[in-house]
Amino acid sequence: MPGPLPSCSHTFTAVFSFSSSISQTNQSMALRILLALVVLVGVDGSPTGTMAPEMGSAYMPTDSNCIPEMANETYQIPFQGSEGDAEDAMATGDLNPNHYPAQRAAKVVQHYLNTRHGSPFRLFGLHSVENGSAENVNDTGRKYQLGLTVHEIISNTTLNCTAEVIFPDGAEQQPPVVQVSCEDLSKSNATAEEEAFYQQYKSNQSLVSAQNLPDSYGHIDPDKKPFWHLGIVASSFVMLNESNENTLYNMAQVANITQLATENEQLKFDSHILLHDMVSQEILHWKLLFTWSPAEGVEVQDMEQLRRCNH
Amino acid sequence: IYRVYTIFILFIMLFIEFLLHQILRVVAKDEVQLSLIRELEDLDFWRGVTDVHSPVDVRVPSHSLQSVKVYLETLDIEYSVMIEDLQVMLDEEQEEMDSALRVVEPRDTNSFDYSRYHTLQEIYEFQDMLVAENPSLVSKIVIGQSYQGRPINVLKFSTGGTKRPAIWIDTGIHSREWVTQASGTWFAKKIVTDYGKDPALTAILNNMDIFLEIVTNPDGFYYTHSSNRMWRKTRKPNRGSNCVGVDPNRNWDAGFGAPGASNNPCSETYRGPSAHSESEVRSIVDFVKSHRNFKAFVSIHSYSQMLLYPYGYTRTPAKDQAELHSLARKAISDLATLYGTRYRYGSIINTIYQASGGTIDWTYNQGIKYSYTFELRDTGRYGFILPANQIIPTAKETWLALMAIMDHTNKNPY
Repeated sequence: MPGPLPSCSHTFTAVFSFSSSISQTNQSMALRILLALVVLVGVDGSPTGTMAPEMGSAYMPTDSNCIPEMANETYQIPFQGSEGDAEDAMATGDLNPNHYPAQRAAKVVQHYLNTRHGSPFRLFGLHSVENGSAENVNDTGRKYQLGLTVHEIISNTTLNCTAEVIFPDGAEQQPPVVQVSCEDLSKSNATAEEEAFYQQYKSNQSLVSAQNLPDSYGHIDPDKKPFWHLGIVASSFVMLNESNENTLYNMAQVANITQLATENEQLKFDSHILLHDMVSQEILHWKLLFTWSPAEGVEVQDMEQLRRCNH
Repeated sequence: IYRVYTIFILFIMLFIEFLLHQILRVVAKDEVQLSLIRELEDLDFWRGVTDVHSPVDVRVPSHSLQSVKVYLETLDIEYSVMIEDLQVMLDEEQEEMDSALRVVEPRDTNSFDYSRYHTLQEIYEFQDMLVAENPSLVSKIVIGQSYQGRPINVLKFSTGGTKRPAIWIDTGIHSREWVTQASGTWFAKKIVTDYGKDPALTAILNNMDIFLEIVTNPDGFYYTHSSNRMWRKTRKPNRGSNCVGVDPNRNWDAGFGAPGASNNPCSETYRGPSAHSESEVRSIVDFVKSHRNFKAFVSIHSYSQMLLYPYGYTRTPAKDQAELHSLARKAISDLATLYGTRYRYGSIINTIYQASGGTIDWTYNQGIKYSYTFELRDTGRYGFILPANQIIPTAKETWLALMAIMDHTNKNPY
């Protein structure tokens, strides 16, 4: 299907208001031909018209750099510092491990672990925060020390970890700096599956593509699950970069993941991913171009946030 | 080839006939304008004429659009175009009806599939079936209408009495949190199944009423099926903005306007133009206030696996903090007995974030002591799109926590 034009619905509205200014007598013929032409050109703004009923995601995979939307919402960058959070983000000393400051810092550790060690068959989730403390570092930032456990989801094992997370000060978002050490981290039973998966898609005649992982009902085809995992790992790079004391990111859905041809050893993917920030409750759209191989892990070549088309 | 092209264009024109219907929002400035708007009575009013300054939404077919607009402009009547694509919505409904014909409709609530996600239509039908099957225990009350005119249904479970002390449970206030509406449906069936069999529930219902609102945000819920699975808010357009919807859990009159909600209509936490501006919220407010005898109020969300009590808008601890905290501890340890699911608990503002205008802050300030919010499964792996095979486990474990709260409420009258 044709890619949606960023200005498509804008054009449509303009044409329509033009055509409604045509006098009554001319309207019948001129209007109808005009409208027919508009339809042929591309009334493609609405994702709904082109989606199957079982649709999972709100948005089509797009070659444009904005997301056309039914209600033509003006995109507003979510305010990262949720009003009023600032006072207690300055909590210093021992932290209640069940309260959100320690939890948000621990989530950052999860993202970090996934960027370093994640694969189609290896994925980390935050399990629990056991203890934490926070302090101001000169005037440069905030440092958290954490005792936490993480869950390696696919092998269903739990690891104890200690970590340090530094959130840099500054008006603009900078990635937090993470150091973590977990017991038994290097142990990985996944090498056989990773290798088999790699070989399968390296030598495949056709390039694989998948959408809506999971779909609206939470379903993922078993043979597509590794791509969902890859999406989580790749998006962890973004989530890590974008995290601060006023965010809590999870990946909401892989809207699209498409394999691209490569000349080298890596598998390469273009993807459209939806992230959810718990604090602002916003859904953020990112395009990610990344590679993966068992040896190199995931490397992100390009990342770009998609904004909604403005009117 | 020319003939083929002409036929093609004619075909397209017929096809787009419906495509270009628009909904116009018309606002009368005075009584005179109001009566002139009423003159458009041949048209399809989606939101009828009520009074001056209240918006009237009218569907105008494409062939009438120009003349209607000229009519309004000549009379200096304000209108705006609501760019909701009517054709798309109709296509969706047709698709739903077609697929409904393929799926076998459940004949009763025993053959209803609780382990699948359902449409608004299916849940409304379930509610009617449940009432029909249990007329002495269950009734349906329509407490109001959504912005788009959908009925807001509450199921009342009662064994008699008049204005007995009552427990409120709502699910689906945020439409994308699908495991909540699905769990609410399961709870409804659970209540009728267990009454007379489970001693604890029987004792509760012999003394108190339970009110259950399964689809608290029906417009949003419809939209998550038809257009955007991630939709959270109501579907009411905002004056002066392209962005639609208000966060119904920031629209309550508790700390309204304080930090913890947004004043930007494009935000997912937009508080709305004023407290209780959303009919979905107002309906509950009016119902609770006129009932006067609610003793517990539980509002259910997903995800995060938390059990929360007031406040969200202030750090000042709730007067009953100690009791609420220990009851929460009991509830989540009961929950964990089933599958080991771990929940965190505490006040909203400490445990998750500062949030103003929230439901249970309002209900607590009304004097409903046992006011709780749940955040159900999971903790972010699937998030809002929780696999359907987790619906029943989630509902079952959550029910244990609900029973702890209801049991305590029943045994501690105030």
